Amino acid sequence: MADRPPRPPMNPYLAGGLAGLLAVASVLLTGKYLGASTTFVRVAGRFVAAFAPDLVAKNPYFAKYGTSPDWQWMFVLGILLGGLGASLATRTFRPQVVPDTWRERFGPAPLPRFVAAFVGGLVMVFGARLAGGCPSGHGLSGVMQLSLSSLVAAGAFFVGGIAVASLLYGRAGKGGGR
Amino acid sequence: MIPPLVAGLVTGILFGVLLQRAEVLRYDRQLGALRLVDMTIFKFMLSAVIVGMVGLHVAFALGWAAPHLKATHLLANLLGGLVFGAGWALLGYCPGTSLGALGEGRWDAAFGIAGGIAGATLYALAYPWVKDHLLPVGALGKVTLPALIGVPSWIAVPLAAIGFGALLAWFERRGL
Repeated sequence: MADRPPRPPMNPYLAGGLAGLLAVASVLLTGKYLGASTTFVRVAGRFVAAFAPDLVAKNPYFAKYGTSPDWQWMFVLGILLGGLGASLATRTFRPQVVPDTWRERFGPAPLPRFVAAFVGGLVMVFGARLAGGCPSGHGLSGVMQLSLSSLVAAGAFFVGGIAVASLLYGRAGKGGGR
Repeated sequence: MIPPLVAGLVTGILFGVLLQRAEVLRYDRQLGALRLVDMTIFKFMLSAVIVGMVGLHVAFALGWAAPHLKATHLLANLLGGLVFGAGWALLGYCPGTSLGALGEGRWDAAFGIAGGIAGATLYALAYPWVKDHLLPVGALGKVTLPALIGVPSWIAVPLAAIGFGALLAWFERRGL
């Protein structure tokens, strides 16, 4: 049993189509649209409040969202549990410190990868809150509705991402393995 | 009525399973998309958008669901989107997939999540300035692109579906 090979991945069109059905079902059954980045604000508020409760109480942005778990908070936690469960069940759980593509380009040292991940996460969530959402809230939920704000933001996600990826890895579509 | 916290958890688990099974959680796939060498992420996202777009608009037309648009702030949407993209390319996971990536054992995602919490804190501190200086620029309210240019959604939705589908067909022809 331990020797059974990992299950091959699901076709991305099928998985994406099912994700679209899930998004519709969520709206029909509970009125909730998929999204993720607001949860970072709630968690940050809870975290900062442990050290500086006044700062959180007086900040209009933390006040707007509060610090208690809500539908989206549980949704984001669910993504972690779904990723864990699915990877264990299909023998694709793979503890890894430095991703393959990063290792090929920048080497196996963990520290540079951790610094890039932290700085990247910081810049990314700051940008998501400025834009009003992330690839879930804008990219899926907003674009499905053909929302103007979401079409602008989602386009900008990819323009910014493609530009910086080409700085990191060389010209787009050229060189390197997959 | 399903309790919201339970509904959120169940929806998240199902979404996480789909992201994991399509390998959308992987750094290599996300950077592959941003380097334009592996379109798995686009295939997943655009398939979800096509199905969800048609499904939601049918539900809207039948009165079974209400739209939920995010207000337009053109400068903030554009600038925030570009900043987001820069961070995304460095991290290699987006906010939702960073949690799923941690779930499938990618420990670097934990640093991205910690960075994201720091980024949310910085934005909360910057918010009073952003609200006064950036959000008012191009504040067009909650509007869809078809409504703005005066195209009814029964025309816009099929056109958008065909456009997204054509993009996917083009990726397939190029072997991406």
